[in-house]
Amino acid sequence: MSLYHLQKFLYELNRDETAQQKYRNDLETLLDDFDLSDEESNALREGDIGLLYVLGVNGQILMHYAAFLEIEWFAYLELMREGIAKHGPVRAGVYAMTGGGESFTVEGKKR
Amino acid sequence: MSLVYAGVLSHAPGITGRAHLVENTAKRDEFYAALDKQRREIQDSGAEALIVIAAEHFANFFMNNMPAYCIGIGSQYEGPIEDPDWLKISRTKVPGAADLATRLTREVMKTVDVAYAEEWKFDHGIMVPLHFLTPEYDLPIIPVNINCQGPPLTPLHRAWAFGKALRRACDSVPEKIAVVGTGGISHWPATPDSGKINEKWDREFLDRLMRNDKDALLSYDDIQTYRDAGQGGFEIRTFIAIAAASGGDGELQFYTAELPIFAVGCTVARFSLDRTA
Ligand SMILES: [Fe+2]
Repeated sequence: MSLYHLQKFLYELNRDETAQQKYRNDLETLLDDFDLSDEESNALREGDIGLLYVLGVNGQILMHYAAFLEIEWFAYLELMREGIAKHGPVRAGVYAMTGGGESFTVEGKKR
Repeated sequence: MSLVYAGVLSHAPGITGRAHLVENTAKRDEFYAALDKQRREIQDSGAEALIVIAAEHFANFFMNNMPAYCIGIGSQYEGPIEDPDWLKISRTKVPGAADLATRLTREVMKTVDVAYAEEWKFDHGIMVPLHFLTPEYDLPIIPVNINCQGPPLTPLHRAWAFGKALRRACDSVPEKIAVVGTGGISHWPATPDSGKINEKWDREFLDRLMRNDKDALLSYDDIQTYRDAGQGGFEIRTFIAIAAASGGDGELQFYTAELPIFAVGCTVARFSLDRTA
């Protein structure tokens, strides 16, 4: 289990412009600095929001990362739902999905 | 002089970032008007600095070294750390109040252990309030954080003690100081349930808060809060600290559960200041 390191990677990325440059230009070197499983590294290579959510990345950290990847708001919520459909419930932390996967906004329901 | 203003407000990133998606624009604008009224009240109080008791979201503090409480004593800050286009708030510099914050920290430390930081990057938890309360970013800011994200979290009675200590500190300096607490009540932000709000729970909490009923406020526990109010409910710590700091009754100036696109029950309130707090 290296959820701590996975979250630390995203924490550094979210707040540090140098890390953001590195993410875009030299991702492999950046990944080397963190003790990650193959599943975690791949999720970061692919920007796999759904899997990162299921792995237990804190929602606030993941939300900033999704914004960094320029994922539109409702698409971001949908990616988390798809992650659960594909990989099962959130495995750690306090950001589990507690609703039935539906949208809680009129704006979202129309999508 | 002392504390001259105490209030609370919501800080969810959708309040600015998703303003353009809102269908109920009348309610949204009513909320913005309440925030603008809060801005004027702070201005009219003559406050020379604004303390923002926030619940940040991993902008500065992480599980490698997580303070339960931290006060910013820097002379300048920057925010938001989030993509400015996403938050719809431009990246900017914000003045701090290094000397005043240091004196306050020293005073707080007499009764409550607290960390301090000379560096601080603001996330939406502070930038959204500042966007409405000091849109020119010309009021010196003292950021304060209560860890509401990475458990173990500080118990509620310690948030109360911290609020009391901060009040004593404010009353010990010559400057006029305003303080706001920002957080959510019930909400499930950054999950697929974003937009879920337990209005009944919110109204019960706000009733206790406005009565400044210490025992009722401190009777919540995190297991129940997580079940009924989501992980976002852990942020009640910031509101509880303000109730303790004010020592007076609250006046709920705005609340609505009708803007779920903002992912929180939108709240604006102020407190009277009990001189004997
Ligand atoms: Fe928050």
